Amino acid sequence: MDFVSFLIQVLNSLQYGLLLFLVASGLTLVFGIMGIINLAHGSFYMVGAYLAFALTSLTGNLMLAIALGLPLAFVFGAILEWALFSHLYKRDHLEQVLLTYGLILIFEELRSLAVGDDVHGVTIPELFSASIPLSDNLSYPLYRLVISVVCLALAGGLYWLIQKTRLGMMIRAGSHDRDMVKALGIDINLLYRTVFALGVALAALAGMLAAPISSVYPGMGSSVLIISFVIVVIGGVGSVWGALVAALVIGFADTFGKVLLPDLAGLMVYLVMAVVLLWRPEGIFKKA
Amino acid sequence: MKNARMNRRTLMQAMLGVIAGALVPLGAAQAAEKIKVGLMLPYTGTYAALGTAITNGFKQYVQEQGGKLGGYEVEYSVVDDESDPSKATENASKLVKRDNVDVLVGTVHSGVALAMAKVARDTKTLLIIPNAGADELTGPLCAPNVFRSSFSAWQPAYAMGKIVAERGHKNVVTVTWKYSFGEQSVAGFKEAFEKAGGKVAKELYLPFPNVEFQPFLTEIASLKPDAVFVFFAGGGAVKFVKDYDAAGLKKSIPLYGSGFLTDGTIDAMGGSGEGLLTTLHYADNLTNPKDQAFRKAYAMNYKIQPDVYAVQGYDAAQMLKTGLDSLKGGKFDKDAVIKAMETAKIDSPRGAFTLSKAHNPVQDIYLRKVEGRDNKLVGVAEKALADPARGCRM
Repeated sequence: MDFVSFLIQVLNSLQYGLLLFLVASGLTLVFGIMGIINLAHGSFYMVGAYLAFALTSLTGNLMLAIALGLPLAFVFGAILEWALFSHLYKRDHLEQVLLTYGLILIFEELRSLAVGDDVHGVTIPELFSASIPLSDNLSYPLYRLVISVVCLALAGGLYWLIQKTRLGMMIRAGSHDRDMVKALGIDINLLYRTVFALGVALAALAGMLAAPISSVYPGMGSSVLIISFVIVVIGGVGSVWGALVAALVIGFADTFGKVLLPDLAGLMVYLVMAVVLLWRPEGIFKKA
Repeated sequence: MKNARMNRRTLMQAMLGVIAGALVPLGAAQAAEKIKVGLMLPYTGTYAALGTAITNGFKQYVQEQGGKLGGYEVEYSVVDDESDPSKATENASKLVKRDNVDVLVGTVHSGVALAMAKVARDTKTLLIIPNAGADELTGPLCAPNVFRSSFSAWQPAYAMGKIVAERGHKNVVTVTWKYSFGEQSVAGFKEAFEKAGGKVAKELYLPFPNVEFQPFLTEIASLKPDAVFVFFAGGGAVKFVKDYDAAGLKKSIPLYGSGFLTDGTIDAMGGSGEGLLTTLHYADNLTNPKDQAFRKAYAMNYKIQPDVYAVQGYDAAQMLKTGLDSLKGGKFDKDAVIKAMETAKIDSPRGAFTLSKAHNPVQDIYLRKVEGRDNKLVGVAEKALADPARGCRM
């Protein structure tokens, strides 16, 4: 590999890592901080991607679709929390697994009924459709770089929200001791509804932003579910920075695994996970 | 009390016996006019659209025949195989043993089809495969009772190997998923391409169903081959073609693929697919009257345009009908059906085809070019191409 290719591969790794962080960010909130085993995370991602497809066909612009889709996803999350998840906080993890697995099947079937089983594409907004030349024959789509910037901003924003704001403090306190927080006069139900809805909105945002580069297809949710859990667990459950670092580590492992050790490429992510967890069983950044 | 219950149970059993006894002759009388077809196809998951198209095609032919095949009324048992190989043996066994089907039709996913073929061999049930292209099915695992109405992975890829060499490319990089269909496609391409004097510089594989292609695009850019050959399908195909275009490679390094790259995916590619050349046993504007009639009827029935999968389902029904014709309305005799199917000439919308010794279609492979929303016919890449059926002893 010559030096230019190496640099481009580093860029690929960073960009893929940031995309993975985006995909996992909703799960960081819902699983990492609220402690709900949410197997339906991938379905929320899928809902986002299909929203992007539907709203883009309607409005003709992805940015507009995201502006419309985000509040929709947030409300959708709040309704789900009210109807289903709010009854599960005090129950066993197994029941969360059952519920969220059931949701996967329901969402998949609803999607099939509503939009069918074809593969769809979403157009990149005109503004970002350019490519930047990197070498004599290779260029880099501007849209991917834009996503990377959004991911970084998102990581910063999430960190600020969880660690630096009063709301974040209440969220963290709630994840340690629900009853105590309630006793202090905080409306824990509203708080959790908000956080859960935010998690769903983030998962949907990931789906919407990724839709133009990943395309929109049946079963797309399951492809991101496992990698999202891997990232949250490697990063240290509940840590936003941890998830970011873990996503970048996975991005590098996957990219260079494919190039240097093609026969082991499929294993690479899980090897990294095994090594990290042997070294730090609670993840790179332990929860404070 | 205990005695009373025993008595009642004995009475019940006796009554059931009488009822069953009465049903048996009735069943036997009906068997001569009915054929039980077990459709085992994906109706959910990634391949749901393909499973539906195959079912539509099959049922359309039955409908054209007045709801009967070779004079037999068709009774369906339908199972959603979910494209899940781990459930395949159980699903296929259920159809054969519980529903007593005379013929199994399925499926899309090669892993599932391999398990079905094993059940079919063990139970000696007639099996018609309307899609799954794994070379083994009509290769090392071929069997007298296993037929295929579609293609082998080798066929379209082999045809493309010759085309790419003819177009003057000497040095090619291949990319596909590391699973058997991908590897067999690359092997077929390589065989023809290197026979014609070309050289495959590098074979790139990524784990299925990973779609992060960027590292490979970077590698292709630095290797600078004359052309790239790929096998991808569905969402992966869309993403690869879009990424290849967005990376600016489409301008400098032509991309070729097995036809699945651009089947049912052109719309989603949003223009990135324009001009791509692929090879397959079907194209969008064949001129034979059979195809035109088929497309018209299909569009009227199902309100969508048919695709290659619908054709394969339609032809599965045609093959079965040819077999059943030989019985002349008599009792279902599998051996006679097989014999008739082996020598059949199927008047398919794709163009007529016969079956090889290993029961795979001997068919024309077309070169197609993406124009607008269609895979427009460019020409015949290989006339009557037969899969070599390596490892088949039959």
